[in-house]
Amino acid sequence: MVDSSKWRPNASINIIQKRAELYKQIRSFMQDRKIIEVDTPILGNHTVTDPYIQSLGVNSNDKHLYLHTSPEYCMKRLLAAGTGSIYQIAHVFRDDEQGKKHTMEFCMLEWYRINFDYHQLMDELIELMNFIGLDTPSKMTYAETFEQTLKIDPHIVNQEQLKKLASQYGWQTDSEDQHELLDFLFSAVVVKDKNLPQTLIIYDYPECMAALATLKKNNPVVSERFELFINGMEIANGFNELIDPKEQMQRFEFDLDVRKEKGMHIPPIDYNFLAALESGLPGSAGIAVGLDRLLMILTGKDDINEINTFTTFNN
Amino acid sequence: MATYSTNEFKLGLKLMLDGDPCSIIENEFVKPGKGQAFNRVKLRNLKTGRVLEKTYKSGESLEGADVVELEMQYLYNDGEMWYFMDQNTFEQYSADEKAVADAKQWIKGEEMCVVTLWNNAPLSVAPPNFVILQITDTDPGVRGDTAQGGSKPATLETGAVVKVPLFIENEELLKIDTRTGEYVSRAKE
Repeated sequence: MVDSSKWRPNASINIIQKRAELYKQIRSFMQDRKIIEVDTPILGNHTVTDPYIQSLGVNSNDKHLYLHTSPEYCMKRLLAAGTGSIYQIAHVFRDDEQGKKHTMEFCMLEWYRINFDYHQLMDELIELMNFIGLDTPSKMTYAETFEQTLKIDPHIVNQEQLKKLASQYGWQTDSEDQHELLDFLFSAVVVKDKNLPQTLIIYDYPECMAALATLKKNNPVVSERFELFINGMEIANGFNELIDPKEQMQRFEFDLDVRKEKGMHIPPIDYNFLAALESGLPGSAGIAVGLDRLLMILTGKDDINEINTFTTFNN
Repeated sequence: MATYSTNEFKLGLKLMLDGDPCSIIENEFVKPGKGQAFNRVKLRNLKTGRVLEKTYKSGESLEGADVVELEMQYLYNDGEMWYFMDQNTFEQYSADEKAVADAKQWIKGEEMCVVTLWNNAPLSVAPPNFVILQITDTDPGVRGDTAQGGSKPATLETGAVVKVPLFIENEELLKIDTRTGEYVSRAKE
């Protein structure tokens, strides 16, 4: 029997209109700055190697294809081809992510600025926030947030201290992994701390969380990466883009080793992306903004499923 | 007993934690964009009632707890144990004082209760939300005083003591909300 109310969208008409308004504002903001809109494929031969991001696969005859988890690789190939600063509003896909702040398919604004460093890009993010009616965030380093909430320096803390702290806060896994333990304390304690500014850019993450960001030349335990948090929810992630193809290759190989060790899927390395870096990616900073979460903030909703017109399992 | 992976976690799922059966009352998926995914879970320990907050790495598995909730009729108390019957199977279960700690002051016999069984033994008993009980002892009622506030204690036939309005008389029947332990209204048999 068909449930006669199930055809209805999850989002209210008001939220559907609010999304349209937000996209219009973003496009106008980008146009004012001569950042051009691009459109790259969702479906491709390659995907990220990051062991913490799971791609969705698609079978096409005898080929295994992937739905992109972010438009990053293709957009950087465009930068290397000489487009200048670019942006894209794209649907992206991540397997195994489901909750009040996570959906397998979500909408991302991603933009790249040639000859910007990450601090300039933070400033531009703040301009965009003001443009759409949000408050100017405070800024703190990753280390400062840990010092203020947990009284430790996350860059030099030892394993035993970290494990002890984690178990105090209900961590149930016997883990030796520094990245995991820091991630747990960061998401469960640090960003939930109401004494921190509730609109906050956190920057200079530990090297193990660099992803495709550059490391600080005078302090290589720190990566030149930042994130925007509003009410404890991660909204945006940006960084100085790694442009050295050798170091990029090493990070790919490191990721794949971690994947092998954990018995995870091993995607093929994207040599077209590496070749683009080889030919010369201009110095740039890039950022991804979760638009569904941004809409949650703008409309005061605490469940992402009320923001999307339809969800994966009812469309 | 089956094991459950974090992606099967949902409200009401019963799991074993440090040897005690627990029920999930909140489950939040947390994942930093570039980091490890977790499930932050609030669990109620079904033996002690305490609420615990734990975090598991997504993909981990936990042992399930053999816990079921059945509606049963309360039969009698022999001074040591409280006896209940599953009216579908006519099987009888005996619950100790700990299991009926909350329920015993509201039940006198024949009520339908929700009995939580762990490994087939009663772990806790929830009385009906509303029960009707007779007063065995209270001060005489004050006539005319129906609207103004003020209350007095009344002892019910099960031994429970509730606050009642001043106009209530001894031996009256009362409707009681067992979740709050409060008087609702006068009742007819």
